[in-house]
Amino acid sequence: MTTVPTSVTVSPGLPALVRQVALPIVVIGLLGGAGYLLFPDDLAFLTRLISITLLVLSLDLVVGYCGIATLGHAALYGVSAYVAGNVCLAGHADPLLLLAVGAFAGAVVGLLSGVIVSRFRGLPQLVLSIAIGQLVGALSNKLSSLTGGSDGLAGISPGRIFGVFGFDLFGRTGYVFSLAVLAVVFVVLARLAASPFGLICRGIRDDNLRARMIGAAVYPRLIAMYGISGAVAGIGGALTAINTGVVGLDSVSFERSAEALVMLVLGGAGSLWGALFGAIIFQLFEHLVSAANPFHWMTLVGLLLIAIVLFAPSGLGPAVTSAWRRARGGGA
Amino acid sequence: MNAALSIGLDAVSYGMVLFTISIGLSIMMGLMRVVNLAHGAFAMIGGYFASYALKQLGLGYPVAILVAVLGTIAISLPLELLLYRRIYRGASELTQLLLTIGVTFVIIGLANYIFGPTSKPIPLPASLSGPFDLGFRMMPTHRLFVVACGLTTALALWLLIDRTNFGVRLRAAVDNGDMAEALGIRTQVIYSLTFAIAVGLGALGGVVGAKLLPIEPFYALRYMVTFLVVVSVGGAGSILGALSASLLLGLADSAGKYLAPEFGEFFFYLAVILIVFLFPNGLLGRAQ
Repeated sequence: MTTVPTSVTVSPGLPALVRQVALPIVVIGLLGGAGYLLFPDDLAFLTRLISITLLVLSLDLVVGYCGIATLGHAALYGVSAYVAGNVCLAGHADPLLLLAVGAFAGAVVGLLSGVIVSRFRGLPQLVLSIAIGQLVGALSNKLSSLTGGSDGLAGISPGRIFGVFGFDLFGRTGYVFSLAVLAVVFVVLARLAASPFGLICRGIRDDNLRARMIGAAVYPRLIAMYGISGAVAGIGGALTAINTGVVGLDSVSFERSAEALVMLVLGGAGSLWGALFGAIIFQLFEHLVSAANPFHWMTLVGLLLIAIVLFAPSGLGPAVTSAWRRARGGGA
Repeated sequence: MNAALSIGLDAVSYGMVLFTISIGLSIMMGLMRVVNLAHGAFAMIGGYFASYALKQLGLGYPVAILVAVLGTIAISLPLELLLYRRIYRGASELTQLLLTIGVTFVIIGLANYIFGPTSKPIPLPASLSGPFDLGFRMMPTHRLFVVACGLTTALALWLLIDRTNFGVRLRAAVDNGDMAEALGIRTQVIYSLTFAIAVGLGALGGVVGAKLLPIEPFYALRYMVTFLVVVSVGGAGSILGALSASLLLGLADSAGKYLAPEFGEFFFYLAVILIVFLFPNGLLGRAQ
């Protein structure tokens, strides 16, 4: 956790390649090592944490970088998990193939949602995103031959990675595999966010009309970003199918969408680091507290949300950074 | 023919419950432009109050409704003062979502802590619990009562907004808040009163609709989206819009449940996507 302030304060001076490629790999590697030391017996929790983190990163692309308010993002994640699970059950068990299939399915659902959701702003946008999420949830329940209905889709057993590394009972392979996937996705997204395409999306978020005036094709850009976001969510969904072997209705639920949004805003939307640390902090906290009593956990999350809106509206990341700058400025 | 009649009657009574609860939210969103996801939580609080008044205090049904409405308003006013005031009009949707989801979670957690996870009964008085002969068909009296409640609410609100001094000020604040303020209308007072009315209507709907939407801690989360959808389909701030949206969505839901029960809420949300995509400001809403 001590890496947060250093990475944020040092980064503006670093060359782009170090900032976007080396730094994420080192930080994610260190976090992965720390996780292994802290929870050596609970790697299943850590791998689940990583796939949800991918969902939060994917949500950040839409909410943070494009300014689209959505409460239906779990649809992208869950559909991909079901598709990857079914492909695996059909006999194509190569984990990398499953990831690719998941990314593709997510991208398709993302593009479709993008066409519907990013056409509007404000209330209609929000309601459409919710309705898509609920529609997918109802369908997943209905198509029980493909999803297992409320029992879940079980018995997914992936093959060896590169034909060499098999998934073991303790989840070591799954953990390292998931970490590597997270690092690769993070680097790609960091490059994407700094690309002209990423910048124009932020421009659209900040001032839709001005972006239109300088000739940006707003609607197609938003749909494209939705598609990319879907691919990332799809990788997360495929990862959870590969690691846990089960896909349940909870992966397309409204609660999953809402929780991902809470994690994103906790860390700070509009920054990949914010999404990463928001997801990690929230899930660690949840893991430790909710085991005691799920309803006290709900009250706590509610209070936390209210506190964020009142005291740190742009998330913990920026709040910590500005406090750090103030402290350093005061000391110097 | 018989099935169509059953669907129609179900649609009307379910739609009226949706209307009674959602109309408060609709007015609030039309005036204060706040996406209040905690509206269902307030309806749920109303239900808990009524259940407590009926079972523990042994009060009559009409008194219990009054207790529910006033009690819920009393609980919600501090929230308005401390939290909601900050997110009226100016704040981004995301901020409003997060704050009101936060309020909902806290209310769910507390409701479960105080009342437990089981659903709370709201027993009906004898005069409302039997069947009623419509001449061509028997109908539970309670359903007719729900329809009457919805229509009375619609009429009373229309009179309030269209015919009273308060209504004139309210409409002025909706049309142009800054100008209304400059003319000496205390918009903050109007907002607070509207908030209280909205929450009170939510509580009323929660009590009379408890037979169809049972009161339990996850009520607030389960129907959170439904009420928002009704407002969005009808158009924020429009009474007639909310009424037609409620009946339309009630029909989509009842028809879906009768004809293809295994699809769950699929047809409800399919209808929502079609309507909102074609009418982004709602059926009878104004462009914002």
